[in-house]
Amino acid sequence: MRVPNSLSQFGKSAFIRVLLSVAVVFAGGCNDQPWNSPYPPQQAGQEILYASFGERPNHLDPAQSYSSNEVVFTGQIYEPPLQYHFLKRPYELEPLTATRMPEPYFVDEAGQRLPDDTAPDDVAYSIYEIEIMPGIRYQPHPALAKSAEGDYVYHHLTETGLEGISTLGDFSETGSRELVAADYVYQVKRLAHPHLHSPIFGLMSDYIVGLKDYSKTLEEEAGKAGANAYINLHDYPLEGAEVIDRYRYRIKLRGVYPQFRYWLAMPFFAPVPWEADVFYSQPGMKDRNITLDWYPLGTGPYMLTINNPNRQMVLERNPNFHGETYPTQGEEGDAEAGYLKDAGAPLPLIDKVVYSLEKEAIPYWNKFLQGYYDSSGISSDSFDQAVQIGSAGDISLTPALKEKGVKLNTAVSASIFYMGFNMLDPVVGGDSERARLLRQAISIAMDYEEFISIFSNGRGLPAQGPLAPGIFGHLEGEEGMNPYVYDWGPYGLQRKSIEHARKLLAEAGYPDGRDVETGKPLVLYLDTPGGGPDDSARMNWLRKQFEKLSIQLQIRATDYNRFQDKMRKGTAQIFQWGWNADYPDPENFLFLLYGKNSKVEHNGENAANYVSEEFDQLFERMSNMPNSPERQEVINRMVEILRYDAPWVFGFYPKQFVLYHDWYSNAKPNLMANNTLKYRRVSPDMRELKRHAWNQPVLWPLGMLVLVLIVAIVPAAIAYRRHEARNLSTVKH
Amino acid sequence: MFAYLIRRTLYALPILIGVNLITFTLFFVVNTPDDMARMHLGSKRVTEDAIDKWKAERGYDRPLLYNQAESGAGQLTETIFYDKSVRLFAFDFGSSDSGRDIGADIRQRMWPSLAIALPTFFIGLLVYVSFAMLMAFFRGSYLDVSGVVLCVMLMSISGLFYIIAGQYLFSKLFHLVPVSGYEPGLLAWRFVVLPVAIGVFAGIGSSSRWYRTIFLEEINRDYVRTARAKGLPELTLLFRHVLKNAMVPILTGVVVVLPTLFMGNLILESFFGIPGLGSYTIEAIQNQDFAIVRAMVFLGSVLYILGLLLTDLSYTLVDPRIRLS
Repeated sequence: MRVPNSLSQFGKSAFIRVLLSVAVVFAGGCNDQPWNSPYPPQQAGQEILYASFGERPNHLDPAQSYSSNEVVFTGQIYEPPLQYHFLKRPYELEPLTATRMPEPYFVDEAGQRLPDDTAPDDVAYSIYEIEIMPGIRYQPHPALAKSAEGDYVYHHLTETGLEGISTLGDFSETGSRELVAADYVYQVKRLAHPHLHSPIFGLMSDYIVGLKDYSKTLEEEAGKAGANAYINLHDYPLEGAEVIDRYRYRIKLRGVYPQFRYWLAMPFFAPVPWEADVFYSQPGMKDRNITLDWYPLGTGPYMLTINNPNRQMVLERNPNFHGETYPTQGEEGDAEAGYLKDAGAPLPLIDKVVYSLEKEAIPYWNKFLQGYYDSSGISSDSFDQAVQIGSAGDISLTPALKEKGVKLNTAVSASIFYMGFNMLDPVVGGDSERARLLRQAISIAMDYEEFISIFSNGRGLPAQGPLAPGIFGHLEGEEGMNPYVYDWGPYGLQRKSIEHARKLLAEAGYPDGRDVETGKPLVLYLDTPGGGPDDSARMNWLRKQFEKLSIQLQIRATDYNRFQDKMRKGTAQIFQWGWNADYPDPENFLFLLYGKNSKVEHNGENAANYVSEEFDQLFERMSNMPNSPERQEVINRMVEILRYDAPWVFGFYPKQFVLYHDWYSNAKPNLMANNTLKYRRVSPDMRELKRHAWNQPVLWPLGMLVLVLIVAIVPAAIAYRRHEARNLSTVKH
Repeated sequence: MFAYLIRRTLYALPILIGVNLITFTLFFVVNTPDDMARMHLGSKRVTEDAIDKWKAERGYDRPLLYNQAESGAGQLTETIFYDKSVRLFAFDFGSSDSGRDIGADIRQRMWPSLAIALPTFFIGLLVYVSFAMLMAFFRGSYLDVSGVVLCVMLMSISGLFYIIAGQYLFSKLFHLVPVSGYEPGLLAWRFVVLPVAIGVFAGIGSSSRWYRTIFLEEINRDYVRTARAKGLPELTLLFRHVLKNAMVPILTGVVVVLPTLFMGNLILESFFGIPGLGSYTIEAIQNQDFAIVRAMVFLGSVLYILGLLLTDLSYTLVDPRIRLS
């Protein structure tokens, strides 16, 4: 049948149109960028930092965000009054939006000012008066948009007004205003908001005067107003947080709490304008997932312009940023390391940061090697490709990475992994000499040097006490050694012999791992989350450590929920846990063993439920002391008590390894600050050159593939023709 | 047929209630509302008071299935199960436990899932059927034996291996496509081509063998012999007659999965950084977000039932002897 001419013409033109469309689509992907580049070609040559995230942040509201994967964003967007100095070590606080470091003064119950050297027990309240710099402005945001008449454009939205709006970027108008002290006070009040569940509300309500009652008042109001309704916090005064004037505010704390200044460097105490809450609490906003928890509003160097944590999150330079300069001073060696090259340069140094979702380690590592991520951690899978450890324990990059110009930074984290004994347990716990000797013997048997070598690729330091390096009170060398577990030998620390541990065990009444009274073998129980095939090597290692003392270790693996439940009820016997410091103060480690923080009785962080009267008294004293030789002495005594009582086997301080390409500079690790993005720099030209050199497409495999297909098809086609010819001749006959 | 549809829809209701009940029971056997609260509030400095408020806000402070404190119908309706289940039947998925609207998330994330699943499905179908036809055509010959051996080999290899090997070869070694990532719109093809190719390749072994078996069964029937005796070319015979008559078993396996395609592929999406619904479900399980898990299981069940219904309907299209009554 002949196809009508017009239809044929139509078919031809449609075919051409389809071809053209396909060509356009493919042309969109084909440009001078490497074929395997995951980024749009428009981004080539721009001052963009490329990073990744593995898990979407749960909260970006500064009253709620606490996890490291959340503060990596909120830290760049929100500005609390203080920050950590980028370069100086030990970690040092400095003003950020504050004009100077706030020094608290003390008052008695009557409000009379007390001398600075008043004993902490005599102080009723500590008062911090904080002055912020004038002229700081918020990022452009629809919540702050005003009409020519001065009315807020988007504060009275209706469902029809929200038609066509699905993200924050759909609002056409934005505005800004100056940061004022009232915004800081507003945020302190938000910590008590019943719908926000701020993780630090419990802690802060113990200190900030009136915060607990304030929460109850808001709860009543929230009940009346209904879910998601805006509560004007300005209508409810809070004694513990008050505005003094436009640029000054006051925080009143119960008693003395010197560690409060560290909290002032966290996003919890960053300002939030009341307009944000009005804007986001309007009907229809939450249904569109437009909330402050998703779209932050701050004064920091960056603002979140794309928030699609299913794929990508983008921070861009805040055009209203008040300006800050790169530090001109650092610690010894910083100048030689090149960390002061940008001294005095205006911040931030990078225009844009693109965070891509990367859930798996292998693609992440491959993209780093291809130059599509500027820096990377090292997973266990890729450790051998990245790092080689010499016979003397020296760490260096593999030749392949050196050739690429990759550099390595290492830093000991302000963290500790430990094995804890439940002090409520009748066998391993308690204050008896028998239990103490048993714990000391196990402390010796647990060879954490071996653990670090096998399971952490050498990335850790055996812990001598609860305080991580870099924290005031931590001592290095022989004076920092745990004498109950180590000896000081010609090469430094030397773990005591297993014979010594066996002797302690015998003294404890368990010669050769048998109870001297009953003759039965000693069986201990370790509760741990996990227990899958991935954990079996670790579990076997643990059993072997106990076998050295002829103790049988039963491992009770469970899921994390059940494990936490056991810990809360105090039914676990031995467990493993860790702690990342919130701030660089010994209080933040030693409180993990403070009696009034015990998990079973007080639902605190003292998971071992350790109670020592002397330790607790010293802790209360040490907490209120400034860093000084006297404080060091108190800490030394506290650490000595812990080493002797051994409620923990002090495991190890993890070491962080970070790789970065040579186009990435100012990469000094700062494990306390969460706003370090503004100091980083990239050299886009160098990056472009290297990316091109490393990612030239290899086309011969495609040709080979076509060839293989032809080789496979041709014999089949020949066979088919023969088959058909044979069939035909059969039919003819 | 209308009566049939109504009847099948009514049959679906107890199935959906059952699925919902099983999901609910399994979830809460593993996670208590307290665990969920702790997961969402974080592990540091969480107070009991905060946990209680979190539960109360989301309705997890009620009994799971039976409320003794209430009387009458309230004993069943004032429970977590009733509260969380009823709205599902109106396709109101509500908010996730972290406060986001689940419906909006599903609408956003279904497209990347489809971008992978649809081409994988259709290209795969074409490749598997063609390859199976080829083996059936050369049945008993060395080409057929080689094809079957190849299929068994491909079946024996883990899907994860194809992903890692594909990424290693085509992205890392040959630099032809990005290792992972996603771009919305038409430019998605750069990110989709490798996962689709891997998805298709990974299914060749099992699917081609299955189709080959179906075709071999069909190819030995009398009408095929008759057609061949009449001199019909083998390709015409295979594609016009054998394929058509083998459609019922093919449709049984194919149509049922069509509606569920947009639920995504858990492993592919995770390895290739595709922001689809597969990774959405996995994240929800990891984060103990019952609201999302429940919504996704419910949606999956509805789509599967829809797929079964479509399968039945499709039988009437390919086989006129079948009547739905």
